[in-house]
Amino acid sequence: MPRKFESYGVPIPGVDLGDLKGWLIVIEGTDGVGRSTQARLLRTHLENLGYAVAETGLTRSDLASNGIRRAKQGNTLGSTSYNLYYATDFADRLEHQIVPALRAGFVMLTDRYVYSLMARAIVRGADRDWIKQVFAFSLKPDAVFYLKIGVPDLVPRVLLNGGFDYWESGMDLPMGEDLYDSFIQYQSRVTQELDLLSREYGFIEIDARLDIEANSLNLADRVSKLLLAGPQRVELG
Amino acid sequence: MTASVFGSDRRSFPGRLFIVEGIDGSGKSTQLSLLAQWLRFEGFPVVYSEWNSSPIVKLTTSRGKRKKILTPLTFSLIHATDFSERIERVIVPSLKAGAIVLADRYVYTAFARDVVRGVDPGWVRSLYRFAIVPTRALYFRVPLEMALERVLSGRTKLKWYEAGMDLGLDNDREESYRRFQLRILEEYEKLVTEFGLHVMDATQPVEVQQKLLREAIRPYLESMDVDTAVPDVRSPNDPARTA
Repeated sequence: MPRKFESYGVPIPGVDLGDLKGWLIVIEGTDGVGRSTQARLLRTHLENLGYAVAETGLTRSDLASNGIRRAKQGNTLGSTSYNLYYATDFADRLEHQIVPALRAGFVMLTDRYVYSLMARAIVRGADRDWIKQVFAFSLKPDAVFYLKIGVPDLVPRVLLNGGFDYWESGMDLPMGEDLYDSFIQYQSRVTQELDLLSREYGFIEIDARLDIEANSLNLADRVSKLLLAGPQRVELG
Repeated sequence: MTASVFGSDRRSFPGRLFIVEGIDGSGKSTQLSLLAQWLRFEGFPVVYSEWNSSPIVKLTTSRGKRKKILTPLTFSLIHATDFSERIERVIVPSLKAGAIVLADRYVYTAFARDVVRGVDPGWVRSLYRFAIVPTRALYFRVPLEMALERVLSGRTKLKWYEAGMDLGLDNDREESYRRFQLRILEEYEKLVTEFGLHVMDATQPVEVQQKLLREAIRPYLESMDVDTAVPDVRSPNDPARTA
């Protein structure tokens, strides 16, 4: 059904959402769950079908990525600043990557979106209503695929992928005696929050324990249907 | 959602927070530094906090300004990031320790400036939910022409964002600045009523203003005996502390 892109309630200053075509597809899920692999496979599939695809992901902004990296090295930011720094990074990508791609009719694949940022913020003590309000300028995606996994199944994958990351283990808090303990606690909490957001925002849940091939086919099938169901967006009224 | 706007954090601290606001050239910084000097002389522990001062975030702000990639939205967010750094690292700990914190510009600067840039007024008020409500907020009201004269006489070229060039008001930097400041002034006037800012007549001679400023904050110092002002050293888990 044709509809206009809309935000979660707050306009993006100076941006007319009426001229955005394209599709905004989000892949969400915790660290190590296989999001980037799925994004890569999905991209190839869509390009084979003839769609133009663009990608973005957390801390890939021109504006704030260096600053965030530097801040993380010294672990010097307080939790509110950390949340807002990520919001700045997101806003820069929204305005300089996502919106232009949608305007040009691309399929915009985003590796994590505001939901991961909200979940992390809430785990770090942010007020739920507040952090949602902060991100109220973000665009409602066409679909959010949530690669879901339990922490016990996540552990071996993380070990295979180079071990526990300081931040992905919530060591800035920290939530346990060492990296492992903190990782378990932190990822459990983040997953809990993502599950809540999944219900609230209607994510499409994908069982990330299934093999890569099967999930990739599933995603490709669902996204293809979504795109075929076009016509591309037209102005309402 | 009412709990998620600036003003919902009503924690009380042993310290005091006084902030000054006003457009460029209103003389607020001069007044604040004179106030700091007096308070120190009176024996109070004083902590000074300026707008745009966190070293880490500053790198990003400078980058955005240099490359002119800041939009109204990211301009607002990066300043909120910087400000939250000040709140978390300087203002709250100092207030807990019983200091008098003096802030040159506060959330109202964002409320005025970001809204002029087209940011949603309700959104920017919720963005700053984490900010502490000041003990007293003083607004230095000055006619535009007087402020412009102070700023523009004998200074280097206005910077791009400072002049509000991103708003596309005028191609001439000085004219753009003039129109930008006028709009900010209009926003400030709305904030005076909305937040009950204490208005200072910034057209008065410096020493007259300083006398009035000291009188305006004196009542808030009375319960704050220099000798008995002890920091709250109870555990954060002590229920009496947050009571």
